[in-house]
Amino acid sequence: MTAPAESGVVELTYREAIREAMREAMQRDPRVFLMGEDVGRYGGCFAVSLGLLEEFGPERIRDTPLSELGFTGAGIGAAMGGMRPIVEIMTVNFSLLAADQIVNNAATLPHMSGGQFNVPLVIRMTTGGGRQLAAQHSHSLEGWYAHVPGLRVLTPATIADARGMLAPALEDPNPVLIFEHALLYNVSGELRPEELPVDISSAAIRRPGSDVSLIAYGGMLRHALTAAEQLAAEGIDAEVVDLRVLRPLDEPRILESVTRTHRAVLIDEGWRSGGIAAEVSARIMEGAFYELDAPVARVASAEVPIPYAAHLEQAALPQVEEIVTTARALVRGDAAGSGAATDG
Amino acid sequence: MTVESAAVERGHGLALLREMLRVRRFEEKCAELYSAQQIRGFLHLYVGEEAVAVGVMQALRPDDAIVATYREHGHALVRGIPMTAVMAEMFGKVSGTSRGRGGSMHIFDAATRFYGGNAIVGGGLPLAVGLALADKMQGIERVTACFFGEGAVAEGAFHESMNLAALWDLPVLFCCENNGYAMGTALDRSESETDISLKAAAYELPAWPVDGMDVLAVERAARHASEMVRGGAGPGFLELRTYRFRAHSMYDPELYRERAEVDEWRERDPITLFSEQLRAADALGDATLATMEGEVASEIEEAIAFADAAELEPLEDLTRFVTMTPDEVKEAAS
Repeated sequence: MTAPAESGVVELTYREAIREAMREAMQRDPRVFLMGEDVGRYGGCFAVSLGLLEEFGPERIRDTPLSELGFTGAGIGAAMGGMRPIVEIMTVNFSLLAADQIVNNAATLPHMSGGQFNVPLVIRMTTGGGRQLAAQHSHSLEGWYAHVPGLRVLTPATIADARGMLAPALEDPNPVLIFEHALLYNVSGELRPEELPVDISSAAIRRPGSDVSLIAYGGMLRHALTAAEQLAAEGIDAEVVDLRVLRPLDEPRILESVTRTHRAVLIDEGWRSGGIAAEVSARIMEGAFYELDAPVARVASAEVPIPYAAHLEQAALPQVEEIVTTARALVRGDAAGSGAATDG
Repeated sequence: MTVESAAVERGHGLALLREMLRVRRFEEKCAELYSAQQIRGFLHLYVGEEAVAVGVMQALRPDDAIVATYREHGHALVRGIPMTAVMAEMFGKVSGTSRGRGGSMHIFDAATRFYGGNAIVGGGLPLAVGLALADKMQGIERVTACFFGEGAVAEGAFHESMNLAALWDLPVLFCCENNGYAMGTALDRSESETDISLKAAAYELPAWPVDGMDVLAVERAARHASEMVRGGAGPGFLELRTYRFRAHSMYDPELYRERAEVDEWRERDPITLFSEQLRAADALGDATLATMEGEVASEIEEAIAFADAAELEPLEDLTRFVTMTPDEVKEAAS
């Protein structure tokens, strides 16, 4: 991270942005603490919390055993007991070990207790593939959590969101899940002071356009922006929408974009069947069907466990080229519909 | 009657008996109301296990926390949650403890720090660890009592929670209600090691097996363990050996156990045993017992009348509290 210039603009990585957000939260509020596997002495599996142990001590930068269910549940209990825990789970794949606590307790207790108890908990975890880590470390299951009432699901895709989403998430009286795409940690960029604070309720137009809406989130935002650049070279003016929040979806902004461009390509690193893109697609059908000039199209992961070998992994994950081809087909009017993929 | 139990002050002894009777008669009435279809869903009765909740609660202070299971009517009543609200919950009414959203298995009460009513076996244990962690980090000297059945020891959540609580020296009092059956599966059909206190000892928790049919033994053990936990010595573990006289739930035909076994345990009915002790110490006579039964019956009748007359939650509130606003949180805390 570089020191701020006169303008207050700093250059930092996505990883540093999250670390700064946690540091600031812990300085500001003594109830905030971080708990997870190797967050302390190791410095974080992805080095996100590096240095925080020295600054805040082992009580607040709390290393846990490999007990995802236990320490996530403990985070829920601590939140109900007056603390503001940040629970770090190494990857979304591992979060399945804690899914009982997240779904049956965190998401359920406020409503089921008739509003007597709330769960002001933040759970951070990595998601996504692209690092040749094979099928148990590479999946994108954030869409599953977006299915569950009671949870807020955030997918920071930019430096500003990595830096800014934690504070409002900790202010939220309800459980918030933050999904950090592992390929973004090393991405660096400028953070301008006016980009903060950010909200945790709205989608964002990252690139305005008029011909087609490329709707993406998390790690796929970069692919969508790259695709938009390539499309521009062909004379196609693509708008790029960053969902930012998978639950609750910012339906008005999604519909507003599609109403303007009349075409939508949804880009989702999760699998096509039953994914978040399917939900967004349904919302567009329900809310903007008569605005559409072409069927909604999806670019999603192939319906396979993500494989190790680089060529197979890349073939399984959504790629820029497929986004470009799909968008071009919609705009040029030769869309074949979205029934080409087969389910595994 | 032991020397120790003879020394129990009469008023306290009668209070213990009265609490056990409240739970027993309440549960019996619930079974009737279930047959009459006024209570629906799942209904798990605590008949036979009353000495456990009554004994342990004596050791808890008003600001301690309780995490319970889906067989929790007794814990709720003994903790001091009004019987009217508990009954209204089972009737699905808005005046119920959880606005009628939880039913029999999900009684919650912020005022008495009663955190449910958890119907995932083992699901409450990590919560209890977290509540105790919050207390420890905030320097608040309180105990979190966590009730669960012996069936929960087969869950990963049990082992993870034991380890976390012991590793971090957290003030949790684990209360394992060992009634011998995980629904219909006997302990020796599901566990390679059937001595549950040994499992706790493996995590360096001090563990005490207790006769869960003897309310004074339970109280004594709970007082000892909770004072230790409260004093900062880390978690404690009570294995309360008890028995469920009735079926697991109202759907259970009880194919898995012999009538003779049930009868044998009924010989050790905690209410009968303790009544006899009190009688032997001249602390209880027929008239006192009759008065007590009458008062309990009236309380139950009042609870039913209250629940019957209570309103249903308005449909427009269906999605209220799925997520909570800061104002709703403030209101809940006040």
